[in-house]
Amino acid sequence: MADIQSPLPGTFYHRPSPEDAPYKSKGDAVAVGDVIGLVEVMKTFIEVKSEIAGTFGDYAAGNEAAVTAGQVLATLDD
Amino acid sequence: MAIERLFIANRGEIAVRVIRAAKELGIHTIQAHSEADADMLAVKLADEAVCIGPAASKDSYLDVDRVVAAAKEAGADAVHPGYGFLSESPRFARALEAAGITYVGPSADTIERMGDKVAARQAAEAAGTPVVPGSKGRIENVDEAAQVAAEVGYPVMIKAAAGGGGRGIRIADTEDDLRKLAPQAQAEAQAAFGDGGLYLERAVRDPRHIEVQILGDGTRAVHCFERECSLQRRRQKVWEEAGAVCLDDGTRAALCASAVALAEAVNYKGAGTLEFLYDEASNEFFFIEMNTRIQVEHPVSEMITGIDLVQEMIRIAGGEPLRLTQDQIAPQGHAIEVRINAENPHMQFMPFPGQVGALTLPEGDGIRVDHFLYEGYRIPPFYDSLIGKVIAHAPTRPEAIDRLRGALQALKIEGLKTTIPLHLALADDPHVQAGAFHTQWLEPWLDAGNLTPEATGGAS
Repeated sequence: MADIQSPLPGTFYHRPSPEDAPYKSKGDAVAVGDVIGLVEVMKTFIEVKSEIAGTFGDYAAGNEAAVTAGQVLATLDD
Repeated sequence: MAIERLFIANRGEIAVRVIRAAKELGIHTIQAHSEADADMLAVKLADEAVCIGPAASKDSYLDVDRVVAAAKEAGADAVHPGYGFLSESPRFARALEAAGITYVGPSADTIERMGDKVAARQAAEAAGTPVVPGSKGRIENVDEAAQVAAEVGYPVMIKAAAGGGGRGIRIADTEDDLRKLAPQAQAEAQAAFGDGGLYLERAVRDPRHIEVQILGDGTRAVHCFERECSLQRRRQKVWEEAGAVCLDDGTRAALCASAVALAEAVNYKGAGTLEFLYDEASNEFFFIEMNTRIQVEHPVSEMITGIDLVQEMIRIAGGEPLRLTQDQIAPQGHAIEVRINAENPHMQFMPFPGQVGALTLPEGDGIRVDHFLYEGYRIPPFYDSLIGKVIAHAPTRPEAIDRLRGALQALKIEGLKTTIPLHLALADDPHVQAGAFHTQWLEPWLDAGNLTPEATGGAS
């Protein structure tokens, strides 16, 4: 188990846009540098990238949830 | 009917600005806020505050039904929309009207008309306000293109009549160029859109952005002179001045008069801004759009004219006729505003929301700071990064720059990264000091590495 944390405070999104599917679903392979979500901070969208490889567990923060810097956004299973 | 209870449907520094203006007019203020903004400065300053929903703007500041219901419930007789959010929404203005509440701004019809690019261009043409010259309709062949280009004037931009997205756009400096480029554009348009029709428009290269502040009461309008807002990054204004020193007196008079003509032609009510492109090479200006609201950079116009634009727009909304005639408005000196954003200018302007530590604000003759900060305030990440504006006014432009530099050096906002180093570097730049810039100037200047921690003495 490993955590992916938010680099900044803001609003977390699971999808690139409301019409798209979430970046990752349970069981998806995650490579280093894969985008797992977006954090909107002051009208700027920042891609959240995984710094480790693994298998996607689940989102730990809801879609469109307000998040703080350092908050766990998603978990990876090894 | 004079306004007695004003509901402020906005946040940040403009909410503070509106409250100050309303209080000076003896008006009771009701501040709207989201759940994330309960501790903002405007809430503390207002007579009353009302929560209008969750942090996300779409569920609070942008939710017409919630805002109108909250204003009604609070017993407001008027609503000030500020800028951004619902400030240019005809639906909002109509919903308030239906609820019997005065909107501080023009009519919903005017907002709608001037917010539509084609309708606004037609209104400008009808009022005799110059627009970017272009072909009346589609052009089918090269000879026709050459004929239209001769009327429009070179350089011309050749575009596909169908489609968009920049496909098929070419710029011709001469008729020879045009005869070479138009067939290529036509072939490309045919391939991309299945339609070889073309559209021609004068290409305004490296234009300046110059805008005119106006006030109208629905019948008569006056101007409060022009602002030069060419220093932009990603189409966001960074540094704004009043007046535009690149204009000669005759051009300035013609520009301001054409703005008043258009404002009167649409029976404009309230404070508004007409934006123009200015081509320095040909000394021509072209209307591009109108903002039917107060603007971020309004303080520079207030500094040179001594007029409180926010108070005036509230008075007009309350039914008063314009209190000023044009001959009573005379510009004094030069003013510059810079936008202080919570961003790290040394890291691609990455937003930097955080908690305000020790705060030192500059004071002195000709210095004004519009902001919503206080020590210990945590800036929410959900909204725009603008945290304040430093405005400097002095008899001449060089003195205004010196005054601005001094104010920026005195301004200390601990705990945040801000755009102060950018403005200090601009104040020291010879091109900026000479007023030699245009809308395409700042981004290459940044790309060329003119703003490094070393270049600004490591200041942050």
